[in-house]
Amino acid sequence: MNSLQPDAAIVCSNLTRRFGDLVAVNDVSFQVSRGAIFGFLGPNGSGKSTVIRMLCGLLAPTSGTAALDGIDVVSYPDRVKPRIGYMSQQFSLYRDLTVDENLSFYGSIYGLNREQLQRRKAEVMEVVGITSQRSQRAGTLSGGWRQRLALACSMIHEPGILFLDEPTAGIDPVARRRLWDLLFELSASGHTLFVTTHYMDEAERCTDVGYIFLSRLIALGKPSELKLLPGVTPPDTKRIEIVTDNPTTALQVARNLPGVRSSTFFGEAIHLLVDRALEPSGISQVLSKNGIHVNRINDMSATLEDVFVSITEQLEVGDDV
Amino acid sequence: MFRGLKAIADKEFIHVLREPSTIVFALFIPLIQLIIFGYALDTDVKHIPTAVLNQDQRTASRDLIDRFAATQYFDVVEYVGSDQALRDEIVSGRAHVGIKIPPDFSGKVARGTGSQVLVLIDGSDSQVASRAQSAALSLGLQFSSEIAGRTSTPLIDVRPRVLFNPDMRSANFFVPGLVGIIMQIVLMMLTALSIVREKENGTLEQLLVTPVGRFGLMIGKLVPYAVLGLLEIAIVLIFMWTVFAVPIHGSILLLAAVAPVFLFSGLGLGLLISTFAQSQVQAFQASFLIIMPSVLLSGFVFPRESMPALIYPITTIIPVTYFLEILRGIIIRGAGWNELWQQVFILIGLGVVILSIAAARFQKRLR
Repeated sequence: MNSLQPDAAIVCSNLTRRFGDLVAVNDVSFQVSRGAIFGFLGPNGSGKSTVIRMLCGLLAPTSGTAALDGIDVVSYPDRVKPRIGYMSQQFSLYRDLTVDENLSFYGSIYGLNREQLQRRKAEVMEVVGITSQRSQRAGTLSGGWRQRLALACSMIHEPGILFLDEPTAGIDPVARRRLWDLLFELSASGHTLFVTTHYMDEAERCTDVGYIFLSRLIALGKPSELKLLPGVTPPDTKRIEIVTDNPTTALQVARNLPGVRSSTFFGEAIHLLVDRALEPSGISQVLSKNGIHVNRINDMSATLEDVFVSITEQLEVGDDV
Repeated sequence: MFRGLKAIADKEFIHVLREPSTIVFALFIPLIQLIIFGYALDTDVKHIPTAVLNQDQRTASRDLIDRFAATQYFDVVEYVGSDQALRDEIVSGRAHVGIKIPPDFSGKVARGTGSQVLVLIDGSDSQVASRAQSAALSLGLQFSSEIAGRTSTPLIDVRPRVLFNPDMRSANFFVPGLVGIIMQIVLMMLTALSIVREKENGTLEQLLVTPVGRFGLMIGKLVPYAVLGLLEIAIVLIFMWTVFAVPIHGSILLLAAVAPVFLFSGLGLGLLISTFAQSQVQAFQASFLIIMPSVLLSGFVFPRESMPALIYPITTIIPVTYFLEILRGIIIRGAGWNELWQQVFILIGLGVVILSIAAARFQKRLR
């Protein structure tokens, strides 16, 4: 896992941060290659934002190192800063400034001259599609537009690496999809994206994901690789999806069947982790006996949610707590 | 280090111009304060309501009462018939002074045997009380000496002459001081609030991932308020000169040269508050901690010389103290550089110390 990739945009090794007695980030190591979309997941308070803040040079690590584009963040924060863009969780632009003025402000902070500024402003406004609102005050924009403006501001200086802390929190589904389309375009044009999110469907879209739990990174890899981990679907088990008109009763019945190890809802379906030997037709019969009509029953592969749930459960069982 | 200074300052000017409340706070509230303080803070106590119990009722007693009224300090509002009634007048607040003239006052005066006049003074307002006391005493002395020897000249003739503010107008004393107090309050508050607001809105964190220099950020935030502060001094001084007709006896040029020195400590205190406060409410509370001693201990209202030995040292580390001395020196006494250079250097020193502490803390917070 720790083999050095020469083209890695982000490399951090054994990153640890303590606040007094509290260990907010515990021995976290990972690499993100250039052009990747790295999805960083974990519950609130697990240390996600602390990792981002250390990578951006806002916070010094207690121990461990972090390098962006091969430059050590702790030793040379001023050389790293021009290479990164940061979009924080909270909307943190100036509400009483217009779209244009916010962009100009950040552009001048990064030292763009007049011509560069005009060119870049036009470019980023085009990319995020906010050109027609350029004279509007930022405070009057709706949630989705604010996120786009924030993204535009974070890219005004052409950074190679973008840190996006929950960019889609609280915006509508259409705006969310548009923002992700934008992220794919950026990734395609060579930007490295580091994105935190709570949405599993967003995690599925990432090229790589990391899952942080109780300050430790407990899963890391490409979504397809993670789903094949032995701990997620043990060799003697398989995953089954049952689509039914009455998933609530179906879940209650299925849960008590011998050979069913875990079960959960998924919309109009239930997902089961069962012994490999268990026949789908057998389950179907039992359900029918209980008056549940089964529309469809089939094998399925693990989702990322399954991955994180099983890894977290194993961790909790392993702990004495 | 100074990277981004111009961008920050430009942005801050936009904030100031867009936010009407900032301009109101910076320019209009000081004028309102000036008008309120300038007119209301009048320590020239005159026309104290006075009750009289005259048990004599003859010529000499009426003459005495007329003399009390003629001083302008006492207004006779009530004649009463008993000691109890005289006391009641004061307890009820209808009168602050009660004069009791005993029976046979005129007779004793005529015989030259001497007579007592009781003057009761309401001590609940110390300024009124002390003024009434001194006015009554000097009136008594003067009246006695007139009766005793109209012809003889006194052995010692004390002739006080008030320099610089001969009418003893309290506006002349208070308004120049007010210039300093107002600047302190407004500069400090605006600076502290503007920085803390960025903390609250998360924009400070956003700024810290940019390569903005620490001094670029700090000075960029201060420049607009320094400009606003200078504008304010000019407006308040013009108001003082025109509306309150307080003459400036010294050099206006010197005043203009020295006033900016005070900006350092005003802005520095604002910066210092912003390094402690996490919210605008906290910044307000912290500001009051500094404003209270600035108003009460700087010599603005009460003379520093009369403060207890325990308190006095505090007055010497308050920047406004020295700015007030400079303002009053130039405006009222016509003092020049030779008389005021010490205060100017102390003010510079205090400003440097405050700004350094604030800057050091400001940098630490960023790490």
